[in-house]
Amino acid sequence: MISEATRARFDRETAKYPVEQRQSAVMACLSIVQQEFGYVSPESEADIAAYLGIAKMAVHEVTTFYNMYNQAPVGRFKLNVCTNLPCQLRDGQKALHHLEAKLGVSMGETTADGLFTLQQSECLGACADAPVMLVNDRHMCSFMTHEKLNQLVDALRNEGVQP
Amino acid sequence: MSVNAVLQQFASSGVETCFHGRHINPQIYADLNGSNWSLSAYEQRGGYQALRKILGMDGGQGLTQDEVIATVKESGLRGRGGAGFPTGLKWSFMPRQFPGQKYLVCNSDEGEPGTCKDRDILMFNPHIVIEGMAIAAYAMGISTGYNYIHGEIFQVYERFEAALEEARAAGYLGQAIMGSSFSFQLHAHHGFGAYICGEETSLLESLEGKKGQPRFKPPFPASFGLYGKPTTINNTETFAAVPWIIRHGGLAYLECGKPNNGGTKIFSVSGDVERPGNYEIPLGTPFSALLDLAGGVSGGRKLKAVIPGGSSSPVLPAHVIMDCTMDYDSISKAGSMLGSGAVIVMDETRCMVESLKRLSYFYMHESCGQCTPCREGTGWLWRLVDRIHRGEGRETDMQLLDNVAESIMGRTICALGDAAAMPVRAMVKHFRPEFEAMIQSAQQAVAV
Repeated sequence: MISEATRARFDRETAKYPVEQRQSAVMACLSIVQQEFGYVSPESEADIAAYLGIAKMAVHEVTTFYNMYNQAPVGRFKLNVCTNLPCQLRDGQKALHHLEAKLGVSMGETTADGLFTLQQSECLGACADAPVMLVNDRHMCSFMTHEKLNQLVDALRNEGVQP
Repeated sequence: MSVNAVLQQFASSGVETCFHGRHINPQIYADLNGSNWSLSAYEQRGGYQALRKILGMDGGQGLTQDEVIATVKESGLRGRGGAGFPTGLKWSFMPRQFPGQKYLVCNSDEGEPGTCKDRDILMFNPHIVIEGMAIAAYAMGISTGYNYIHGEIFQVYERFEAALEEARAAGYLGQAIMGSSFSFQLHAHHGFGAYICGEETSLLESLEGKKGQPRFKPPFPASFGLYGKPTTINNTETFAAVPWIIRHGGLAYLECGKPNNGGTKIFSVSGDVERPGNYEIPLGTPFSALLDLAGGVSGGRKLKAVIPGGSSSPVLPAHVIMDCTMDYDSISKAGSMLGSGAVIVMDETRCMVESLKRLSYFYMHESCGQCTPCREGTGWLWRLVDRIHRGEGRETDMQLLDNVAESIMGRTICALGDAAAMPVRAMVKHFRPEFEAMIQSAQQAVAV
């Protein structure tokens, strides 16, 4: 079920579009549920479909087409490291490998404590900031040297283990 | 400390990429410092004067729709998103007298590898885009617009939304703007990770809440666009150029650049340079001058090659690019494209097979799957380059690479197929011996 607070956020998005084009808000609604629940579950898709008055499959098509929607639960912190060519030339690949070693997981995996999911990503549109990464879809971290990667992971781990 | 506070420590400040003082005659990035993005600061820089001018707010007569379009045509402004189409001409295609709803769309889905200029415009000077869009909407008789922003730059989307609120509160957007008969509503929409949505018809599908799969053209968006209504789509930087043009005149803008290549252009320089970043310089500036602004090649090494206009544009070897000026015509004459102005620099130590392998993986990953030649062909290209790079290349692979690239080009609905094939052909054309050497050493290994 969608909470009143979530519904208010949905309402704010649908208000941008013509009344008969509420479907336009589907991407925003999906990103909102992902922010609140960590991923997009079939139940959330059904809720959004009912809210927008469209078919569940129309929502599912969107979830599965766009790279950033999590179709299954992920760690508390999802780390997406860009390794596309401009980043690769400035050690993007090495940043990913460094995180693999630091976290003890391979790309695509989640740490055993459930804190971190590490993923490779395509161009984030911040090529001059390389190495660059995205945390939980909404926070870009720039110029991520090995030292800064260590600081970031340690600080997030510290936050993550607190109740 | 909260998680948000932790993450904020690692956010880009813009100092390295935008506020470095190494632009040449900047118009869009002029006088920015990271804290002067808001409406009042923009107004102090002369912001919204162009909109006031066309609406006749400061004692002038105002400009007619035709006069605005004529000014933009005179300026020589060409689309900054990649295609370089003349903006004034595009605006004149909009059926202004069409009685129903029409839409204006800004393409801020900046995902072409190498490109990060629109991010800095929207983050540090968002009102210049709002003003440019309002002027465009006035010229084309449009009452509603959307700015589609790359999903990966969510903080930029939030900044743009904040700027929209300011503009609405100040009466620069909404009903009867500044008491005139002109009304324009503008909203922000974010993507969520799909390179293909930078293609304009795919972006429209996405804006309608669907999978971002490109549409057949024709019909073009000017007649059948968003929700099936006439729609004009321009890049962020294109809109951002418009206020200056209206304030200073089309001819003054044209004279900033060179004939047929009016104005300044923002180049995102990435890869093997000392100071990667965005550099706004007049079109027609020598490439060597741009390279100097970016601090030259990393570590004093020699330049090997440059991809001059985003990853989809053909690579140029050092001796070719060093003779170019940075404008549409010069880069086109050299056999590539100015594209989005993303300059990816590679030094003498770089392996072109490895570079092409990463690009080919990207196009395979981002093919929307709609057209068979692209869906299947991009996978073939990646597997071939990967095989060569792994030292398992076969003698026939060079021919096969060319065949697959040839079989994609011109056979797909949108340009992603061509964008995947062009880098392959250019890499093979200019750096063939590197590929052949890897294949030969693989053959020798087999023979032993």
